[in-house]
Amino acid sequence: MASVPKANELIAGTDHKPPKTGWMDTPVEFRPGTWCYSGKSKNLEVVGLPNPREWSPIDDDWKLPENWKEIIFEGLRERIHKYRSFQLFMDICVRCGACADKCHFFIGSGDPKNMPVLRAELLRSVYRKDFTLAGKILGKMAGARELTEDVVKEWFFYFFQCTECRRCSVFCPYGIDTAEITIIGRELLNLLGLNIDWITAPVANCYMTGNHLGIQPHAFKDMIEFFVEEIEEVTGVKIEPTFNRKGAEILFITPSGDVFADPGTYTLMGYLMLFHEIGLDYTWSTYASEGGNFGLFTSHEMMKRLNSKMYAEAKRLGVKWILGGECGHMWRVINQYMDTMNGPADFLEEPVSPITGTKFENAKSTKMVHLVEFTADLIKHGKLKLDKSRNDHLKVTFHDSCNPARAMGFFEEPRYVLNNVCNHFYDMPPNTIREQTFCCGSGSGLNTDEYMEMRMRGGLPRANAVKHVHEQHGVNMLSCICAIDRAVLPPLMNYWVPGVDVTGVHELVGNALVMEGEHERTTDLRGEPLEGMEDSDNEDL
Amino acid sequence: MDLENFLTQHQSAILKRWFNFIIDTYPPETAKLFKREKDPFANPVGSTIFQGMQGLYQELVREIDPETASPFLDKIIRIRAIQDFSPSRAIAFVFVLKDLVREQSRAADDPEETLSQDDLTSFDGRIDRLAMLAFDIYVQCREKLYELRVNEVKNRTHRLLQRANLLAEIPDQEPSL
Ligand code: SF4
Ligand code: SF4
Repeated sequence: MASVPKANELIAGTDHKPPKTGWMDTPVEFRPGTWCYSGKSKNLEVVGLPNPREWSPIDDDWKLPENWKEIIFEGLRERIHKYRSFQLFMDICVRCGACADKCHFFIGSGDPKNMPVLRAELLRSVYRKDFTLAGKILGKMAGARELTEDVVKEWFFYFFQCTECRRCSVFCPYGIDTAEITIIGRELLNLLGLNIDWITAPVANCYMTGNHLGIQPHAFKDMIEFFVEEIEEVTGVKIEPTFNRKGAEILFITPSGDVFADPGTYTLMGYLMLFHEIGLDYTWSTYASEGGNFGLFTSHEMMKRLNSKMYAEAKRLGVKWILGGECGHMWRVINQYMDTMNGPADFLEEPVSPITGTKFENAKSTKMVHLVEFTADLIKHGKLKLDKSRNDHLKVTFHDSCNPARAMGFFEEPRYVLNNVCNHFYDMPPNTIREQTFCCGSGSGLNTDEYMEMRMRGGLPRANAVKHVHEQHGVNMLSCICAIDRAVLPPLMNYWVPGVDVTGVHELVGNALVMEGEHERTTDLRGEPLEGMEDSDNEDL
Repeated sequence: MDLENFLTQHQSAILKRWFNFIIDTYPPETAKLFKREKDPFANPVGSTIFQGMQGLYQELVREIDPETASPFLDKIIRIRAIQDFSPSRAIAFVFVLKDLVREQSRAADDPEETLSQDDLTSFDGRIDRLAMLAFDIYVQCREKLYELRVNEVKNRTHRLLQRANLLAEIPDQEPSL
């Protein structure tokens, strides 16, 4: 009988067999869709980052500086002394494995090096070799290894495959925060000029022009006025926002994504409507025109530099305090780092809501209040007239964005607001929300299109939970309070759960808000007909 | 024994080996966790693949109806299509059932309990139909991925271009006369 190969022999002959070597000795393979384009030299130059040059991760030669090893060791030494938490995280991991299957990138990709414990081990193995006695003597037996170019390439691959979401830290009995290790890892890579364009370009633009895309002041103002017209079409109410107005009580800052990218733009319309309705004495700034801070994804120093401009602008305009929009990592920076970096902001006043008189004591030092908290307080005091039924065409769930959730403990306020502006709200399963929330898979500057395949892997656990409420309750709207989420969840839904759209919380507030002098609304802010208004004639709007 | 009875009788054994085959295409450390964790939200890959396989198995017991089989195949392939697998390896799990069913049949002590050549040929036909569907779904998933990339690049600056009057769009509705 002729020898016919068995089906699984045929398959075994294909590719991607598990490597025979251990993880330490298996170099990474840069396949398309799993890495981001490198930072352009002009952007590095503008902000003075080291080693500006043109290079690509798929080149053999990464054009590292001559003394690159020395730079890394010196950088590592400096950071170990500077950040006690970092040294602790390097030393105390007992490899219990509690974090191993908690990372969305591991869960979605199945790549063991995406287990948080191994991600940290990439750096720890080098630390051990040169900074611990056991590692110096025992080498590999003590989990130590030489620093080589392949190791650096592996760092680049995996530290830009961590969204710094901190989910793993929730499960670690020692509280080891792998996000902090990634932050240091990226900082070390930056010393060699190894960074990604999707981070360095926003950093450079933010530094030069004030926002990620480099929108100039007149265009920024123009965009907002455009939304004023759209609001007038939907509601009949004319809103008159002010820009760079000295003496305003409050400076409002939000991520620029809300200004130029759908569906964030509808959230921005919600902000404008709310402020108008309560008669808030506030101003926009065309210079501090960005809440996001991609410095956080570059280095502590860069984060500090970009953060300081918001406060410089608050000082220049002479406002009393700052109100911040729906952003993710802006709040991580404010809540975790601002105070010791650029604070306390003594020249500002302790924030008090001019409408309800509530003192925001949690913002005593940073002087910056989260808009969702501000709105929740308005609702609690009965200051808003809301018609929930205007969101009846939507069945809503809420994605706890990693940063407000895990870096702020911000769980109840958004749900309180949502329950007051819509009738149909359904939470996702408990082990996928609140402090255990799953990342969108594209945070920390990884929301670039060339990375789409990896983003679909990283976002799989989040999408899987949305799919559950979509199938159980017919959920068709995924709400969130982060601009990166609003940009990246739509493609994620499109791939995994078609039929679910994405919104900011204040878009839903805008829909429900009953405004003085408004005409009867027939559509929501997106121009979609309200329930029962499907046949109405929109021609006159 | 006829095919339908055979497949029904050996369902749990074959399903288990089939599931292990696909999970063992992941690195060993991963496979261990994907097999162990039963919570569908903590382990969406393992649990979704298992659900998909259960559904597909029922389809194989009957005839293959593309309408009902596709959603189950989609569950599995949508995941494999964006993971680190070549196309052939992503859909290999379909073909391997030919081996698994033969092995199961050979293992029977009583010749009455085995599958005839005709039954095997008929089963192979079902697998082939499934394989063709799998190929279509794999390609759809990859196409979707590229479409998302292109859309994202377009959407990113759409509002700005619109505002800067750099776009000359055809209005949605005919202007009323
Ligand atoms: S849970 Fe903490 S101690 Fe355990 S392996 Fe992970 S990082 Fe190490
Ligand atoms: S911080 Fe988030 S992305 Fe990074 S290793 Fe932990 S769980 Fe994974």
